[in-house]
Amino acid sequence: MASYIIKRLIQGVIVLFLVTLLTFFVMYFMPGDPARQMVGQAYVTEEQLDAIRDRWHLNDPWYTRYWTWVSNVVQGDFGTSMMRPGVEITDMIGQAAGMTLRLTAISFTLSLLIALPVGVLAAVKRYSWFDYLSMLGSTVGVAVPNYWIGLMAIILFSVKLGWLPPYGSGSWKAYILPVIVLSIDEIAGLARITRGATIEVLSQDYVTTARAKGLKNGAILWRHVVRNTLLPVITIIGYRAAFILSGTIVVETVFAWPGMGRLFYQAITSQDLQVVQAIVLLLTTLVVVANIITDLTYAFIDPRVRITK
Amino acid sequence: MSESTSPLPAERRRETMNDATAAAEALTEDRVSLAAIERDSTRNRVWKRFARYRPGVVGLIFLGVLVICALAAPFIAPYDPDAVNPRLRGHGPSAAHWLGNDDIGRDILSRIIFGARVALIVGIGATLIAVTIGVTIGATAGYFGGKVDFWLSRVIDTLMAFPLLALLMTLSTVFGPSLRNVVIVIGCTVWASYARVVRAEVLSLRETDYVLAARSVGVTNRSIIARHIVPNAIGPVIIIASLSIGGIIILESALSFLGLGIQRPTASWGTMLSDGREFIRNYPHIAIAPGLAIAFTVLAFNLVGDGLRDALDPRDRR
Repeated sequence: MASYIIKRLIQGVIVLFLVTLLTFFVMYFMPGDPARQMVGQAYVTEEQLDAIRDRWHLNDPWYTRYWTWVSNVVQGDFGTSMMRPGVEITDMIGQAAGMTLRLTAISFTLSLLIALPVGVLAAVKRYSWFDYLSMLGSTVGVAVPNYWIGLMAIILFSVKLGWLPPYGSGSWKAYILPVIVLSIDEIAGLARITRGATIEVLSQDYVTTARAKGLKNGAILWRHVVRNTLLPVITIIGYRAAFILSGTIVVETVFAWPGMGRLFYQAITSQDLQVVQAIVLLLTTLVVVANIITDLTYAFIDPRVRITK
Repeated sequence: MSESTSPLPAERRRETMNDATAAAEALTEDRVSLAAIERDSTRNRVWKRFARYRPGVVGLIFLGVLVICALAAPFIAPYDPDAVNPRLRGHGPSAAHWLGNDDIGRDILSRIIFGARVALIVGIGATLIAVTIGVTIGATAGYFGGKVDFWLSRVIDTLMAFPLLALLMTLSTVFGPSLRNVVIVIGCTVWASYARVVRAEVLSLRETDYVLAARSVGVTNRSIIARHIVPNAIGPVIIIASLSIGGIIILESALSFLGLGIQRPTASWGTMLSDGREFIRNYPHIAIAPGLAIAFTVLAFNLVGDGLRDALDPRDRR
């Protein structure tokens, strides 16, 4: 186990290093002159521009810039925004992340509460109308772009009926549409995975044995099936939980939700390099760390993993 | 060829044939005809199994119609997709304009038909690029193992850790948003899953007898990979490809919706949705049709993918 943990950690560190390199270079090749972008329409001389570049270390060679950036980031300092002078990026992200977390936490809980029972039930009642209906729903749910559902919901509930606000985050009512829209993909995907995992478990010998010894269906379901189904499902939840944050970009833009997704979109369109860099790095690190934790948890629960890998 | 109806001997014979092609330099005419029959019957079997999955067939028919629409768009579309008509600004569906007109009076149906071109070019083009890169890298990693495998696997991990849409938005800004760049950028970022699958497949194929045989008669690594390994690992690749085209179409539409993909005035479903969002209060009908077009197309690709998985995956024979 110890060697597996070490191996996995080393891999993780290497991946994080590659992530910083890739993030840095994508930004490095961003077209346009950030210094000019900052000044906007104002008239400035070339010397003044150069002074700005010096101040933001834009004239330094790439390795110096990379090193300064990485060593600052490791200390938790993302610097200040270029486009909103004086604003600490850490503060910007902190506020936005809080809003996104609220949204995604509610949506993820809702998804689990719906998807898990539906998936298990669909598997137990395989080939029943419930199975067909829920899988049809999940197939359609995956195919429909979620931001379009958002637009349709705005047309129906905000424009036509006037029940819910079309955007913003002021009241509890503002949560309803974004949460539902964010959950649809998640429910569709998770229900399908849960169903698959349950079907797999149902065909195992220990279920047949339990049936043979006359255990009641309900007991088999709770004691053997659901518990074993949860294992693969939890793994996938771990992998997806990290990604759900990045799935909010379009939905937050549609509903003008002041979270990470919209912040990222605004940073991209205003070419606020530091902010884009910081968000991409944070999200990616989150995924890498979540993957490691999930892998280690899985290896801890299921010894076969650490032997074969 | 009576036994070719039972899957196992046929499968095994295909392997022996690979052996034969590796060891022998030339095929006798007899073997050639045998190979032709063999290939034909495999294809028939796959097709029969695919045809049993009705939704997949429906999806395939839909895609067929869509491809025809895309190819013959100028002949099928009732109007010029870019013709602006200020008098018809935001008009709803009518007999002359089935889906109505958009915010500057363009015919929505015509734009939907032309938009199919963009969706298919991006979906299929990006997938082809991704498959090429993914298969090459996966096969290299799996075949050579050791350090090559370790580093290529880390590159795959790195790419998979990135939030896809965020990465695409950034790359699209760097290279400049255009149809060609969108295809390339998506293709170059989604190959990781192919590489992973091919790598795993190759790891097991590498130890098979026919690869050993090929190596022992001095066939080069490159042609072993190209002739023996890749063709045998291609099944799962086809399945993933068909299942991920839909996802790519959604990605493209999201990118264009955010203004970082296909640029106006080119008719694409994503940009049409972005218009729809802008005029959601006054002309809500603009946003309906493009979303449905995306949903049906993605659904069709996914259903065909499901059908192919049932037909090609030997582990799940019903």
